[in-house]
This record gives sequence, structure tokens and C-alpha cells, in this order.
Amino acid sequence: MADTTPMPHEGIFAPWDDPDAVPLIRFRNVTKRFGDFTAIDDLTLDIYEREFFALLGPSGCGKTTMMRMLAGFETPTEGVIEIGGRDMARVPPNQRPVNMMFQSYALFPHLSVYDNIAFGLKRSDMPKDQIADRVAEMLRLTRLEKFAKRKPHMISGGQRQRVALARSLAKAPKLLLLDEPLGALDKKLREETQFELMDIQEKTGTTFVIVTHDQEEAMTVATRVAVMDAGRIEQVDTPPAIYEGPKTVYVADFIGDVNLIEGTATKTGEHAYDVAYAAGRDPIKVSECMAEVADGSAVTFAIRPEKLLVTRERPEDRPNALEGTIIDIGYLGNLSTYHVELPGGQMVKATMTNASRISRRDFTWEDKVWVSFRASAGVVLTE
Amino acid sequence: MKRIALILLPYSWLVALFLVPFLIVIKISLSDIALAIPPYTPNLDLSAGWQGFKDFISQLDFDNFVFLTTDDLYWKAYLSSLRIAVVSTLITLLVAYPIAYGMARAPEEWRPTLMMLVILPFWSSFLIRVYSWKAILANEGLLNQLLIAIGVIDEPLLILNTPTAVYIGIVYTYLPFMVLPLYSTLEKLDASLLEAAEDLGCTRFQAFWLVTFPLSRNGIIAGCFLVFIPVMGEFVIPALLGGSQTLMIGKVLWEEFFSNRDWPVASAVAVILLALLVIPIVLFQRNEEKQREAEG
Ligand SMILES: Nc1ncnc2c1ncn2[C@@H]1O[C@H](COP(=O)(O)OP(=O)(O)OP(=O)(O)O)[C@@H](O)[C@H]1O
Ligand SMILES: [Mg+2]
Repeated sequence: MADTTPMPHEGIFAPWDDPDAVPLIRFRNVTKRFGDFTAIDDLTLDIYEREFFALLGPSGCGKTTMMRMLAGFETPTEGVIEIGGRDMARVPPNQRPVNMMFQSYALFPHLSVYDNIAFGLKRSDMPKDQIADRVAEMLRLTRLEKFAKRKPHMISGGQRQRVALARSLAKAPKLLLLDEPLGALDKKLREETQFELMDIQEKTGTTFVIVTHDQEEAMTVATRVAVMDAGRIEQVDTPPAIYEGPKTVYVADFIGDVNLIEGTATKTGEHAYDVAYAAGRDPIKVSECMAEVADGSAVTFAIRPEKLLVTRERPEDRPNALEGTIIDIGYLGNLSTYHVELPGGQMVKATMTNASRISRRDFTWEDKVWVSFRASAGVVLTE
Repeated sequence: MKRIALILLPYSWLVALFLVPFLIVIKISLSDIALAIPPYTPNLDLSAGWQGFKDFISQLDFDNFVFLTTDDLYWKAYLSSLRIAVVSTLITLLVAYPIAYGMARAPEEWRPTLMMLVILPFWSSFLIRVYSWKAILANEGLLNQLLIAIGVIDEPLLILNTPTAVYIGIVYTYLPFMVLPLYSTLEKLDASLLEAAEDLGCTRFQAFWLVTFPLSRNGIIAGCFLVFIPVMGEFVIPALLGGSQTLMIGKVLWEEFFSNRDWPVASAVAVILLALLVIPIVLFQRNEEKQREAEG
């Protein structure tokens, strides 16, 4: 079953950068309204074969609605959805090359775990003995062998979730939609299942679209991440790109921790700006800024806490250094988080690894410190 | 203490309203017919003490039950009732299922109204409703007039006083008892299960047959018992619509009681009917309990 088509750009899987690549899924100006409520707002998006595409966004932003449109349970109010180059408007759910794992699991209560998993296979033209093998394989994969004979109400929530996952995987569809597939699992099992999913994806070449509330999960498994808000896609990028190069304040704030400092931009050179954030202070120097920003416009400077260095003395080698007072220290074992108040009341958060034991820690509350970073460490955002 | 009182209350109802009357019926069924008031002997004379009680017991016998086996009218009536009850239960199920399904699929704001419509017939007397079927089904009745007027038939159809009329009457009367339990199971059915079935390759019909239908099993069983049990002893419908052709044990019982004034034989008929119904009643109770367990 392994797909042997060579990947574009040898070794790197990035069909979205390849102008010749044909997407498996195309949303073209798709809008979905429920009454006068717009759940999906003029959404255009391409998802490529063999992708592991993660949808992130706050509750109610339309993730499930997107999945349901792909599975065929909702029709777009406007726009076109194509799968494999075919307009899906008139294709009923049972004829789509798509399986969905429901957020509510939707297990058949009158069937055993085994029969739930076998349900889709029995509707296909797979011979009986192969069905048994396939179900056994799915049971092994999701570690449900012991529960094969039980009914769904006789197993735990996490086990039910795995049954739902196994049932959707069983038919090895071209496109698999997973609506929060791992939410009810404990951390260890979740990580194992994540790797199983990635492994399955490697082996079968299935395209995955996965909804998750867990950013770490999205970062771990996804080839690309889409951040949604109120029916719109804010940004689609690879996990590193979306983390290091958010395009909007919303995305920067949604993915991971971030310090946001408002100011005014002035161009100082090719891809370089100064951001003035408080009267009488040195502006923040920013290099490698890809966005074009008009002089004097209001911007937000965004920088991740781990990019900040907290020291007692002003470091010589860093172009940006802000003086402040430590207000709070959060100890997380491997990391410590320092909340530093800058003059003018702005708070910044810095995380540093605890390379030394706590007894020899340098600072404590109310200490005057310097918070410093490189010119390329943060980004300038206009929206 | 409080718990015992709570349990005692329903049981005392049961004893007062079911067990005591039933014991009286059994007693009458073991007595002999007499020209007296009440029309049977012996009567328990409490003033005669223990000796009186012994005399009383010694006069009871099973003659009436033996009599029931000598005349084939009785077992034929039991069998005929059984057949009518089974057939009309199945017809009622076939008619009620689409109604209940439609109600459960209707928009939420419509459902209370639809429910009302199903219950609405109970607002008028059962007797009047069955009687009006006479006016509909008679040779010069509304149905025949209508069919002749629109030219479907030339001669009036003979429906009244046939088993067909009895089936129509039973299905009409007991339809709500089938619709309501079906509706309550179908309404609870999670729509995403059907979506999951379709997602896994089922057509709409397969999804219905493999998911909706098995999941409405408890409603089907409950509805069938709620129809079957009372239809077994039904008297009014065959008496009003069935004419002399339709033999049902309820009608036989009535005639023994009021025409022949043979209370002991009538009681024996009733005791056997109840004995026959104990099986489905117990099965029904078991089903209800299982359902409650599954939901609890
Ligand atoms: N059938 C419907 N009728 C009306 N509104 C709906 C319907 N389905 C979804 N919505 C609305 O559309 C919006 C998006 O819903 P959706 O289920 O896609 O959210 P979501 O992103 O999956 O949220 P969550 O993370 O909580 O699962 C919500 O505001 C929801 O109330
Ligand atoms: Mg959702």
C-alpha cells in the first residue's frame, strides 16, 4: 500500500511550496452559514496528499464545521470543495473517500467494540477473513484486544476514543478526518498514539486533517498548522514557521507564550526597523523583518519568552537590553519563568533553563535586572 | 423504616386492587352456579367458625375448568383471540413505526404538537370512537359512499361485522400505545450515529436498518406488549364491529357473565386468560427492567 511517488524537493516534504503540486483538497471561497450566523467565512485553502494538516483555534471557530463539510454532512452555502480534483457538492458521505472520527465518537451502542471497528469494512467488498485480520490489527494498534467483545458502555472514555479512532482508521481511507482524536487520553498514551498516527501516515500515505486543542500535539504531528478564528483562517504554515514567524498578533498570541510590546516603527535599513515603545528609552532594534512597514505606523513587537536573557549586568553583545524589576518567579523544574516589569508598567515574561541548582540562583524578587535579546529574535506585527 | 413504608405503599395498592379481586375471581371460578344473589355457591359463612370454613372449602371444585375443555367454543375463542392479537399487533407496529419515525425526525418545535395529536383521541370516549367506526364502515357508511362517489367501486364493500372491521378498530384504538414508546426511543437516538454509519459506507436505508432499527428494539418490544396484552382480552371492539363472525375470548366472557349469568364459568375463563397473559406480562417487565439497567 506504500505510496512510492517521489517527493518534491528531495528529502523535504513541502508540496505547498511547489507550484506544480496538485492539492488533494481545495476549499475555494467556501462560506457556510447557519441561518444568519456565519460559521465559515470565505475560506480558501489547499491541503496536499500525504499531509498531516492540523486545525487549531478557539472553541466555536468552525473547525468541526470544516470537517463536516469535507465528510459531506454539511454543504457549503457558497463556494466549492474539491477532493482529488472532483467537486464534492453532489457526492453523498458514503461515496466519499473520506472517513471521519467524530468529536463525540458516535460509537454504535448496540455493537461490540469488534463490530464497531468492522462496521465500515463489512460495507466494503473486503473478503470476510481479511476483515477479521484487519480488525485484529486495529485492535492491536489501539491496544483494545482485551475489550473486543465489550459494548461501548462497558469501557472507559479513553478506550472509547481509541475505538472511534480504530473504526475510522480501519478502512484506510484516502483522507482521514480526526476531530480531537486524543483529547481523552493520558499524556503517555497520547504521545504513543501520536507517533502511531504519524507511523500510519508514513506507511499508508493517508492524508490526515486533525483538529486539536493541544498546540504541542499540533506541533509534533503536523506538516502544516492552520490557525483559525471566527470562521477565518488567520495563518497556514509549518510548525516552525508559525511559531517563529506569526503574521498577526492573534496567531502569535494563540500559539505558545509571547510578549507583546506596542510601539511605533521607523525604517533603519533593508529589513531593519526601530520600534519605539516608551518615551525616553532606546528603541527596540529589529532585523530580518520580512514585512514592509510604513514609517511611523503603530506596530506590535512580539517576542517569545525563551528568546529573552535575564542578567544582572547589561550584556555587551546584545543590541537590545531593557531594564526592569523582577516581580515574580515561576519555578517549573527544568525551566524558570521570570516576570519582569519595565518602567512604564509593561510586563515581560522570560523563560530560562535551570542550568544550575536553585540554591545558587542569581536573582530573587525585586531585583533590578536586564532583559536582553538579539535583533532577529522577535517580529514586528502590523495586525 | 421510611424505606419500608415507601415499598409498602405500592404493594398495598397491588394487594387491594389486584390480588384481592383476583382471589375473589378464583374463588368464584371454583364455585357452582346457583339461582341466588350472588348467583353461585358456596358462600363463606364466617359465623360458623372453623367448621364453616372447612365445609366451604370442601364444596369448591374444578368442574368449571373441566367444562371449558368439553366445549370447543372456548379453546377456539382463545386461539382466535391470540391470532387476532398477534396480527393486529404486527399491523399496528407497521403503521406506528413510520409515524413515530416522522415525529422523531420532525423539527424540535413541532414535536410537542405532533405528540398532542397522537394523544388527542383520548380526549373523547373510547366507546364513542369505536361506535363512529360503525358509521364509517357500514354498507351505507362514509367510506363506501366516498369510494362509490369517486368511482373506485360500484357495490359497497362489506367491511362492518367482519374480522377486517375488528382489525381496523384495534389498530386505530391501540395506535397511540405503539407510537409513544417507539417515539421515545427514536427521539433519543443520536443523529451522529447515522452520520457515522453513512461515513463508513452505508446508504441511508442501510444506516436505518443497521443502526436505527436495532436501536429502537426496546421501543418495539414495549409497544408490542402494550398492544398485545389488552387486545388479547378485548371485548368492546369485536362486540361493536365484529358482528357474530368474530370469536374473541373477551366476548365469550361477557356473554357467559351477562347473558348466561354463569359467573363461575365466566370466572374460569378469566382465570385462564390471565394465566395465558402472565407469560407476556413477565417478559414485558423483564424488558423494561433491562432497559432501565442499560440506561442507568
Ligand atoms: N447546525 C448548526 N446550526 C447552527 N449553528 C451551528 C451549527 N453547527 C455549528 N454551529 C455554530 O458554528 C460555529 C462553529 O461550530 P464548530 O462546531 O465548527 O466549532 P469548533 O471549532 O469545532 O468548536 P469546538 O472546538 O468547541 O469543537 C459555532 O458557533 C456553532 O455554534
Ligand atoms: Mg468541534
